[in-house]
Amino acid sequence: MSFLHDLFVWFNDPLNWQGENGIVHRLIEHLVLVGSAMAISLVIAVPLGVLLGRSRRKGSIAVNVANIGRAIPSFAVIALGVIWLGIGFRPALIAMVLLAVPPIFTLTFTAIREVDSATIDSARGMGMTEATLLRRVQLPIARPLMLNGIRLSSAAVIATATLAALVGWGGLGRFIIDGFSTRDFVEVFAGVVLVAALVLISEATFALLARLTVSPGLTDRGPSRRERRLRRSGVEGAAAA
Amino acid sequence: MVLPGSILAQVDQPLIRWPWIGDHLALIGAALLQHLMLTFIAVGIGFALSMVMAVIAIRFHVSYAPINAVTGVMYAIPSLALFILLTPITGLTTLTAEIALISYTLQILFRSIVAGIDGVPAPVVESARGMGFTPSKRFLRIELPLALPVIISGLRIATVTTVGLVPIAGLLGRDQGGLGQLIFDGLNRFFNTPLLLGAVLTVALAVTLDLTLVGLQRVLTPWTRRGAAAA
Repeated sequence: MSFLHDLFVWFNDPLNWQGENGIVHRLIEHLVLVGSAMAISLVIAVPLGVLLGRSRRKGSIAVNVANIGRAIPSFAVIALGVIWLGIGFRPALIAMVLLAVPPIFTLTFTAIREVDSATIDSARGMGMTEATLLRRVQLPIARPLMLNGIRLSSAAVIATATLAALVGWGGLGRFIIDGFSTRDFVEVFAGVVLVAALVLISEATFALLARLTVSPGLTDRGPSRRERRLRRSGVEGAAAA
Repeated sequence: MVLPGSILAQVDQPLIRWPWIGDHLALIGAALLQHLMLTFIAVGIGFALSMVMAVIAIRFHVSYAPINAVTGVMYAIPSLALFILLTPITGLTTLTAEIALISYTLQILFRSIVAGIDGVPAPVVESARGMGFTPSKRFLRIELPLALPVIISGLRIATVTTVGLVPIAGLLGRDQGGLGQLIFDGLNRFFNTPLLLGAVLTVALAVTLDLTLVGLQRVLTPWTRRGAAAA
């Protein structure tokens, strides 16, 4: 219990929130790294996944990319990056992008590929252009799986971005490393709590985003309250409309 | 460990000083061997623990969710922190590194073993029962072999992940972390040669072990290859 008490005291100390070593500054550094890595990864992986998912080529590309992606050890990439880019933000950014791209790409690719060909045929039959087909049919149907890939990447990057503290960039990993060098394990644990909180916020955000943006026709939530009310009062046509 | 923030790239040195490698072959070999040992022990013990947990989860279905949750939490702790958080209890030792590495393999291996055995077609299990296989014999001779492709794909992920995490254990001291010794040495002295060598060998080791497991799967499950050729 005394450890939890110490942790509470640590978080309650205003000095731990202010200045260059404060929570606010370290949190911003962490978010800058995670945000830049995720933005770059989205720009690379989503269009590529959509493009290759739509083309009728062999599906083994995604599997291979996923396997290569998993085999890349983030810390080794950061170390290699230091050689060419020096210590700091950039080697960490490269490693985080390499970590984030494979899940986003694979799930985007799979999601677009798995859209039922009968659905696509009927959309074409209705006279949709390729652009409309993508925007109105393929992307909405693929969205839940795509969001899942982005969610996985985001959680992995938030946790792994702590490694940036080993090569001179700040972020929440700083608390873990600095606490370790001074044998202040309350500070180490505070760092872990902050990272875990950030991961949970990211998970909750994506869950909310999925609820808000995924078409109701794709969920198993069933008919809406309005539809049920209409059906009960026997207005079948209105419910269908 | 603490790096001065103002020093930039190591521009005024060659990428690799070949004589350094020649002079330190014993050190490099020892680091590589330690890396392999840490990986094998972690994946081996992790696999044994996961197998026990998977058998429990399959026998008693209610236990699946709690086991999955606990291993999931272990997997979610940042690797950097896990090595450090254990040091008040187990010190700056190989044991600390090993416990952290094992705890990372559990989620991956547990889920893949359960998924593999769950994926065995029910009619196959039924016929085995009809042929008079006892439950333990059925598990060892029918369910486990048929689950092998999924289990080995889990082993591949666990192995590759562990190889990538071992270097971070170099935080625990100069003689820890396998090839991470070289990486940390390079980072601390701004010396490219060990840095590059440590990182490149780590990646090469991950790829080699991954390919080895692919080969192992081909040898152990020849029927999957024949099936693929027929299809």
